[in-house]
Amino acid sequence: MTLSNIVVLVKYVPDATGDRKFEADNTVDRVGVDGLLSELDEYAVEQALQIKEKRADEEITVTALTVGPAEAEAAVRKALQMGADKAVHVQDDAIAGSDAVATSLVLAKAIEKIGVPELVVGGLASTDGGLSVVPAMLAERLGLPQVTLAAVVETQGDQVRIKRDGDTATEVVGGTLPLVLSVTDQSGEARYPSFKGIMAAKKKPLEALTLADIGVDASEVGLAAAWTKVDNVTARPPRTAGEIVKDEDGSGATALVEFLASKKFI
Amino acid sequence: MSEVLVLVDHVDGAVRKPTYELLAIAKRIGSPSAVFIGGADKADAVAEAVKGYGADKVYVVDDAEIKGYLVAPKAEVLQQLAEKSSPAAILIPASAEGKEIAGRLAIKLSSGLITDAVDVQVNGDEIVTTQSVFAGNFTVDAKVVKGTPIIAVKPNAAAPEQGDGAGAVEQFAAAISDAAKTAQIVAAQPRQATGRPELTEAAIVVSGGRGTGGDFTAVEGLADALGAAVGASRAAVDSGWKPHTFQVGQTGKVVSPQLYVANGISGAIQHRAGMQTSKTIVAVNKDEEAPIFELVDFGVVGDLHAVLPAVTAEINKRKG
Repeated sequence: MTLSNIVVLVKYVPDATGDRKFEADNTVDRVGVDGLLSELDEYAVEQALQIKEKRADEEITVTALTVGPAEAEAAVRKALQMGADKAVHVQDDAIAGSDAVATSLVLAKAIEKIGVPELVVGGLASTDGGLSVVPAMLAERLGLPQVTLAAVVETQGDQVRIKRDGDTATEVVGGTLPLVLSVTDQSGEARYPSFKGIMAAKKKPLEALTLADIGVDASEVGLAAAWTKVDNVTARPPRTAGEIVKDEDGSGATALVEFLASKKFI
Repeated sequence: MSEVLVLVDHVDGAVRKPTYELLAIAKRIGSPSAVFIGGADKADAVAEAVKGYGADKVYVVDDAEIKGYLVAPKAEVLQQLAEKSSPAAILIPASAEGKEIAGRLAIKLSSGLITDAVDVQVNGDEIVTTQSVFAGNFTVDAKVVKGTPIIAVKPNAAAPEQGDGAGAVEQFAAAISDAAKTAQIVAAQPRQATGRPELTEAAIVVSGGRGTGGDFTAVEGLADALGAAVGASRAAVDSGWKPHTFQVGQTGKVVSPQLYVANGISGAIQHRAGMQTSKTIVAVNKDEEAPIFELVDFGVVGDLHAVLPAVTAEINKRKG
């Protein structure tokens, strides 16, 4: 099988260094805060571009796909600047508040609409929800295998081999295209967009799709359709100020031992 | 009483601690049924082990045909077991593979999924989960409102409870589709045994960062005196001082031990995301302005290379 299409999943997330918060309906505030392309998705874009570059004799199109509010366009723009060939942005007011299940539905339908590629690439997790389940759900919906959490990616023909740090072992995992791949921040530093890349991105196609375009009914997505319900969101109480001592001639060690003993760790 | 399916987390039949934690949670909800997918020759030992932690039933699924295949076959096994037993809930360890199994299962069963639960309680007829989000800055209480609740539970979410379950063993022959037998493990290099507890499961974690200057002797000495796992900050991993498997933080392991000791770690948001929910936090750092001190229950401003060996010596002395 030749590789002709790669779809990269990118997400627009609240900036982790900013003041992330929730709205009154317990959904993440995605509008009233500064956002950006999820840092962990940059590695996915990078790997997609590297695969394309390594397989220069094949005609490969890299498409960045995002689902989110108007601001989310910034996420696919960044991917275009890095070198993706085109972008698709699914935007619909009905999507707000969707859980991972609904998000994976929208992604699957959007991918079916634009044509199921031989390779779908995602990041390790979003930097907001951080569930790491969307690639698996998407693979299930598309009927594809998944090879995930790759620290090293190699492709040859229709074979994909990855290396990853599993829970109890370092593993080499193999799969055959088509499949869903996810990569970690160990896979290789993501490139910065060059000035040329930024200029070129302005001319690249960016397709906007609504739910109607991809054949998803509004009742299947959004907060009301979620298969889970959040009852409460509470800000973690600030940790009560702890005791801080300055070490002078071993006093710090003595005090620390006393603390550990008082908490019965010793 | 309804069954609660618990996927057994094991390495070649050696049951891992999160399994016992899940069994303790399952008992709150209903009658725990352990699901062992593994070698038939290990089934008796596994059944005996989970029975000792309250499993009333043990489904044994021989993995001869699916060994090495990732995620998808296990999701199919759980789907078929769920359709057969109509469980009140399905509990899965929130490991990387566990979450992917849970994700596929949720789509298969059209059921809601909660991942990374740090607590699961029963309130009337509702199963209420607690998650910790945004680097531990918020706590979310949620429940599944469609289908069979599927909950991926983080290590240390509950204390294992010993106690005899009925432990009735039932062989289950699952029908695995060819489509599920695709992505597979080609080679595996088991982690070298360190003699220390596994990072995500450990009750105590002692970590080192940039401030170690690459010398982890003091950190490891304290870890061994406390029976703790050793962790590292991203700075230490990026410097090549420790492999990525030691990394605590957003892109490494997220830990929630009883005690977390951060040494020479400044406490950047990425690191906090991996340890902020630890019950007790201690830090040793030369820089009194380090943000890690905002989190601590106890902090020492000092040189870790001087403080830690003294602490280690005193602990070892007290242990006799």
